[in-house]
Amino acid sequence: MESLKECLLARAENGLIHLSIQTWAVQNFGLTFPAVEEAILELNLLPARYQRNQRSLSCRQQLSLFRGKVAVIGCGGLGCYIIEELARLGVGHITVIDPDNYEEHNLNRQLFSKVDNLGQPKAAVAAVRIKEVNPAVTIVPVQDAFTSRNGSVLIEKVDVVADALDSIPRRLELAEVCEKCDIPLVHGSVGGWYGQVTTQFPGEYTLQKIYSRHSGERGIEKDLGNLSFVVAMLASIEVAEIVKILLGEGSTLRGKMLSLNLLDTEFTEITF
Amino acid sequence: MKVTVKLFASLRKDRFAVDDFDYQEGATVGHILASLNISEEEAAIIFINARHGEPDSPLKEGDLLAIFPPVGGG
Repeated sequence: MESLKECLLARAENGLIHLSIQTWAVQNFGLTFPAVEEAILELNLLPARYQRNQRSLSCRQQLSLFRGKVAVIGCGGLGCYIIEELARLGVGHITVIDPDNYEEHNLNRQLFSKVDNLGQPKAAVAAVRIKEVNPAVTIVPVQDAFTSRNGSVLIEKVDVVADALDSIPRRLELAEVCEKCDIPLVHGSVGGWYGQVTTQFPGEYTLQKIYSRHSGERGIEKDLGNLSFVVAMLASIEVAEIVKILLGEGSTLRGKMLSLNLLDTEFTEITF
Repeated sequence: MKVTVKLFASLRKDRFAVDDFDYQEGATVGHILASLNISEEEAAIIFINARHGEPDSPLKEGDLLAIFPPVGGG
């Protein structure tokens, strides 16, 4: 009987393995979808779903993304877009942490919320959605609040953490846990037409500097709310930062903060 | 002394984006915040000439003061 690798090599077309072949291999060899995905990438072949990534991401980089582990803390406006983009890119392991259920006021911006799933837990909905989009992604939904009590256990095996929370004290708690666990943190936050993003590595304390004098739970979003295009944009910048960290390439916002004003179309970078 | 003040995000509403002001010698960031009716809580990030400042930081002729509000939504 042909081995998995022989089968994949024989059925590749121009270096691509189509979804039908990948699905067949899963069934024929009794393997998981992620296991077949890894075998494909190890052969320097590419699942055909990624062919539009190919000019910007090599097979080796695609394999690095597949082996990447990211925790997304919060599955609201920012979190949904971050999860969706990571999964479509082919990041192989995503932990999604959120204690809440969908409510009507989430429908204006939270990508996975629908009329039909109001009342359902956000983390579980994200897991179902991602399985539909990319079955090669291992998604771990956690329906719980991220705190300093449970945080270390939840993120101990990840490479990067994405901040998609909606509370300033919770963010500072998350920054402390990332520091303790020696994990880089990509921060994003939004309010009205505005947002900010930064990347911090252990020992840098950028988030603590950003919020050093703020004692309240919320910022300008308390009065301004959150808009769909602002969360989508900030989430996308967070994903770009995550990808650069996973690949060890490009220039991140490390030690800097990018402030976005979409009302006046101004992007301002400040250095801490 | 002349100080240029640049406001970011929602701090601009009913104020300005960037403007020059004359302040008394020895004025601090706190004095300027008070003159603009911005609370210290609203001035989450203060930069003076691209360096991190605080409400009690003194200013001098020609300084550029940048003020960002707290942004915390997700």
